Amino acid sequence: MTLRRDHGRTWVWAVIAVVPVAFLVIFFVWPVAALVARGFFDASGFSLVGVSEVMVAPRTWRIVGQTLAQAAVATVLAVLLGIPGAYVLYRTRFPGRTALRALVAVPFVLPSVVVGVAFRSLLTESGPLGFLGLGESFAAVVAALVFFNYSVVVRTVGVLWSRLDRRVSEAARSLGASRVRVWWTVTLPALAPAIASASALTFLFCASAFAVVLILGGSGWGTIETEIWYQTTQLLDLPAAAALSVLQLVVVAAALVAADLTRSRQERALTLAGSPVDHRLRRGDAPAAVVTAVVVVGLLLTPMLTLVWRSLQTAGGIGLGNYALLAVGDGRPSVWEATANSLVTAVVATAIALTLGVMVSYLLSRRPRSVAGRRLLRWADAAFMLPLGISAVTVGFGFLITLNRPPFDLRSSWALIPIAQAIVALPLVVRSLLPTLRAINPRLQEAAASLGAAPARVVATIDVPLAWRGFGLAAGFAFATSLGEFGATTFLARPDRPTLPVEIFRLISRPGAENLGMALAAAVVLAALTAAVMAVAEYLGPKEATSW
Amino acid sequence: MVSGLQVRDVVVRYGDLVAVDQVSLDVAPGEVMAVIGASGSGKSSLLRAVAGLEPLVSGSVSWDGVDLAAVEVHRRGFAVMFQDGQLFPHLNVGGNVGYALHRLGRAERQQRVNDLLALVGLDGYARRPITALSGGQAQRVALARSLAAEPRLLMLDEPLSALDTGLRTRLVEVLAETVRATNTTALYVTHDQDEAFTIADRVAVMASGRLLQVDAPAELWRRPADIEVAAFLGYGPFLDEGLARQFGWTGAANGLIAVGPDGLIAGTDGVEVPVRAATVGRGETVFEVELPSGERAWVRSPGVSRRPDLLRVRLSPDGCAVVPKPVVLDTVQG
Repeated sequence: MTLRRDHGRTWVWAVIAVVPVAFLVIFFVWPVAALVARGFFDASGFSLVGVSEVMVAPRTWRIVGQTLAQAAVATVLAVLLGIPGAYVLYRTRFPGRTALRALVAVPFVLPSVVVGVAFRSLLTESGPLGFLGLGESFAAVVAALVFFNYSVVVRTVGVLWSRLDRRVSEAARSLGASRVRVWWTVTLPALAPAIASASALTFLFCASAFAVVLILGGSGWGTIETEIWYQTTQLLDLPAAAALSVLQLVVVAAALVAADLTRSRQERALTLAGSPVDHRLRRGDAPAAVVTAVVVVGLLLTPMLTLVWRSLQTAGGIGLGNYALLAVGDGRPSVWEATANSLVTAVVATAIALTLGVMVSYLLSRRPRSVAGRRLLRWADAAFMLPLGISAVTVGFGFLITLNRPPFDLRSSWALIPIAQAIVALPLVVRSLLPTLRAINPRLQEAAASLGAAPARVVATIDVPLAWRGFGLAAGFAFATSLGEFGATTFLARPDRPTLPVEIFRLISRPGAENLGMALAAAVVLAALTAAVMAVAEYLGPKEATSW
Repeated sequence: MVSGLQVRDVVVRYGDLVAVDQVSLDVAPGEVMAVIGASGSGKSSLLRAVAGLEPLVSGSVSWDGVDLAAVEVHRRGFAVMFQDGQLFPHLNVGGNVGYALHRLGRAERQQRVNDLLALVGLDGYARRPITALSGGQAQRVALARSLAAEPRLLMLDEPLSALDTGLRTRLVEVLAETVRATNTTALYVTHDQDEAFTIADRVAVMASGRLLQVDAPAELWRRPADIEVAAFLGYGPFLDEGLARQFGWTGAANGLIAVGPDGLIAGTDGVEVPVRAATVGRGETVFEVELPSGERAWVRSPGVSRRPDLLRVRLSPDGCAVVPKPVVLDTVQG
């Protein structure tokens, strides 16, 4: 009796562990490894010639330098602008704060193709800021990267800040510290883990940026990621792509390690107030409020509104002409058909990502007794984050060269696209689910068990209801990510069945005002869809980090 | 046949730390056993081990003679009530109390929930959200929730420690009455001996993972097994025979004389000692005096009085106990 029950338990755990690992190995590790391996083998066998050629090429180091410089500058700017934003949005209270928080959160989930198109429409010679001459520049790329990651900093730092116990700084004040001294000696050190963790994450996102750099950087500015794309699709130089993938892996691994170190420090660091602490916006907050207002209007709203405004401009004046053209097929699928295809793909990708994400998060939220078990979980945690930084381009191209023969002859299968998108979305799903699962007090589960609830009932009556809100957020992230995924999809989508981002990129790459107009209109459609999905997810998601 | 709970030579370890060290304990059906000890004494670990929440390094836990090693937490029928209640935040009061009653029909369940809430003095609270409860109410709900499971053993882990003193004194009465009214077998873990003495048939004292003594409250108080138990119960200082005789001790003296809170009394027939401090308490003044050995002792005197420089004191046999002389004295703190 006991024996059989134990076997049942082991079996369940085995499935929960094996399914996501197997999925990740087949659809992530293998394709990426195969692509990288190609770089090290030529007709005569193992060879470092191709790779070493790349490693000594000035172009490679120029690209690596650009990648690091763009990411570093964008990270510093995002942090410097994000800290006042975190203060205003999470530590002060004013009418419209909820709406402003939602607005600030939008850029992070906007598809990178949309952001690229929006900034291009803003900075291009004929655009509102065309006189600055910033089209295809370092500044343009950095601005777009800050646009993306501002909310990462605001949210990460803000949530911690809103829970810092005010009495600690009050104690410092009562001991004779000035406001400035309190900031440097109490508040900033307390926020440091969140700032460090947001920085690492922002750096990671910036260093692996693809579509936005591809669209804004032109031929002069790139990242390792765009270079991989260029080498594989334009020059068919696999050794170069492989070498670059390895470089990318090094950068990503370093950022992930840094993020992991700061995260574990953050989790053990502070005693926090039970509920968020804020105060009415007051005169002394003016500098922070002004900085935040400038960022929100200048950096966030302007590109988005320009995109909408310019999508309405047609040869015949202001109107919906560009949108009308979205229905025109012209011998290939229309943009609306691509949109429908994108939605179907996203539904499937979300289902896959959520199924795997729930398994992974549940596994990672366990608290093993043994040191070895805890160490294993930490490694697993890091491993499931890898797709966050590994070049989506590498994944997409890797799919093409590995999944084209038995046992996985999926080359011509549409299923590859949602699978690739699920891989890309998985880290975000896990990151949304894991905190809510980890926040469940184990005493609640113990209390339930001692009241006679079997493990399955504990999961159904305690874990699921308490993690439900995180689940809504995770679903939103998964859907939005796969809806906007471009790097991997661009390799896998067949011309007769494109997705919306692929179609937008095709349109913007072609000459002619009509194509540009359609690209802008399609980008607005994609942005609206994404925003709608996230709005629903936010509605279902945690209002505040609820305390249980 | 043995009945009730039998704990035999249980060892619980966290890494290198031995939290519970070879503890054996029996709880008879219907009996309330309190386990007291300072924080870190291992009493909560013992409770968790009995519940099946901590693995045993060695030893056994059994019920009615059946070893529970292979029986999982949810099949033991041992309900745990935690310090801060651990009510389920997504369920209301009724949902929490009815958690263990999910096999009953709706009407029957509601009836049981209402009965249990009435039992703990929270009639009509079933529909309230748990966020609307005060700390004391939350603990009553937690008690009702545990009793709903009709556990063969109810285990309470410092159930009142998070509450303030006045509330604690009242709630311990509620707990005691409820546990007796339902004839529940209980294991009650606390650091508060007043609580333990109020509720328990027998009290077990733990320190450093070891079980020092198990006895009925009066017996425990009259005859603490050793100086450690006596010190934990509030005895002190501990006088050797010669000193005790100076202060009028006439009883047996095969060890140390443990002076209880009422063990040293003021009296004209006593020995004069210097008074070092005075504290005013509830309707009494406590004088801190210095014994000839240099040790400090306390004398309670009714009413509020001015601190004299000298006071005549003697030992009261009823307020003292005799404990064996320990081999090493310097580890003991009063």
